[in-house]
Amino acid sequence: MAVVTRGFAGRGRRDVNLPPGQYLTDDFPVLSAGPTPRIALDTWQLGVTTESGQRHAWSWPELRGLPSEEFTVDLHCVTKWSKLGTHWRGVRVETLLSDVDTAGDYVMAHSYGGYSTNVPLEDLLDGQAWVAYEYDGEPLAPEHGGPARLLVPHLYLWKSAKWLRELQLMLGDEPGFWESAGYHNYGDPWREQRYWGD
Amino acid sequence: MQWVDGNDLAGAVRELFATDLTVARGRCAACGREGMVAEAHVYNRAPGLVARCPACEAVLLRLVRAPDRAWLDLRGMSCLEFPLPAE
Amino acid sequence: MTKVEAPTRALLWRVATIAEIREETISARSLRLDVPGWPGHLAGQHVDVRLTAEDGYQAQRSYSLASDPSTVEITVQRVPRGELSPWLCDIATVGDQFEVRGPVGGYFTWSPQRPEPVLLVAGGSGIVPLMAMVRARGSAESRVPFRLVYSVRDPDTVIYAAEFMRRIRDDQGLDVAIVYTRETPPGAPRPAGRLSAQDLGAMGWPAQSEPACYVCGPTGFVEAAADLLVAAGHDPQRIRTERFGPTS
Repeated sequence: MAVVTRGFAGRGRRDVNLPPGQYLTDDFPVLSAGPTPRIALDTWQLGVTTESGQRHAWSWPELRGLPSEEFTVDLHCVTKWSKLGTHWRGVRVETLLSDVDTAGDYVMAHSYGGYSTNVPLEDLLDGQAWVAYEYDGEPLAPEHGGPARLLVPHLYLWKSAKWLRELQLMLGDEPGFWESAGYHNYGDPWREQRYWGD
Repeated sequence: MQWVDGNDLAGAVRELFATDLTVARGRCAACGREGMVAEAHVYNRAPGLVARCPACEAVLLRLVRAPDRAWLDLRGMSCLEFPLPAE
Repeated sequence: MTKVEAPTRALLWRVATIAEIREETISARSLRLDVPGWPGHLAGQHVDVRLTAEDGYQAQRSYSLASDPSTVEITVQRVPRGELSPWLCDIATVGDQFEVRGPVGGYFTWSPQRPEPVLLVAGGSGIVPLMAMVRARGSAESRVPFRLVYSVRDPDTVIYAAEFMRRIRDDQGLDVAIVYTRETPPGAPRPAGRLSAQDLGAMGWPAQSEPACYVCGPTGFVEAAADLLVAAGHDPQRIRTERFGPTS
């Protein structure tokens, strides 16, 4: 193990309720692989594309018109910080998929700005995932993924694609941005699935 | 999200290679801009290091560091030119 | 333009022991380090510093080397809510240990073999790697003409103030101009204000001198200063920049 530095205490702290290797944080770190996209609401669209190329799309007013709910979840980032009890409002992903005819078992979430991440379809159903557009009662800020982001709290936070643009249904699994660069394909924080082969 | 320059990668890459990647010249596979890796826009507040082309912001390089492994993806650059001491 | 080092082994993290501490200002401190097996470095290079807590928590940041190639010294500015600087500035004492990886960075370097005049433009803690260049020049007794323009908020934030006074007197061919952005010392000829084209015109090298330019500091400062140099006619290929990213 690396040499321990006397008197250094990190900003995070360990907690028995956290997944292995995580530290509790009070703030909300902003992590990003690129510049923050600025998307005008009048051109914003969220699409769901099936494996056969059929596309359903919602404009901003249409998304806001869908049944939504407030929910409170814990967030676990692979960079080791966890934030508990975060409050959001959003639309369940299964609501978006209710009229979609697909045989696909996998989804690639695409973001404005080019980011992508893959998730099994079943992990996005049954109240496990949302398209979230409000955080702590306020419109979701751009640095945290606004106008709308995917939220899949039972997986590491890199799976919760910010600046969500498209959910692409796939017959076969394919790795997204971080999954193709060393991060685990599935990413369960409770089994500490951070990297390939974990 | 603010970027830092390619200098920021120097230490992480020197763990993998005996030579300094930041002074290598590469070509962006997306737009063709040529330049030194040190001139790239690096996003280092992320699960890994991401270097982007200063002209078109396409990803040039990704580096992920685990405790006992690292991954380096250079697919965003076609052909790197490394200076060597003249013989 | 770039000094080429012969390929050696890949770098690993090494243990550094604090050998000496010097308070530079109320918010900045220099730490001289003992690093067994240090291979030497070029002025302008940096090290990555890693601190590990007892519970395994790790934090890492990069710091420019402040020293000439004969010693290993970093100068750290305390950043509010910083990850490492509060420990390095307020808690660290002689004998404490942490890890360093380096020296790294061949792009933003200067060595006395280079003949052309040098223009150094520093914003705040961006002075550190440029001071390494001034010190390397001094140790090598180089006569390469150096002009340093150092932009700071107020007189209390000037790092290395006493050393600059001594070097202006003793190191031939070195000029240092300090530009205050918020508050000047009493009787200062230039009123407080951001670095301007006029400042660089008066205190820097003209483009015809074809100096090697090094600009270092916070991102906003570096962009503004580099733009001013290009607008003044300096060849962008001769301008090297190092941006210190968002603090903390």
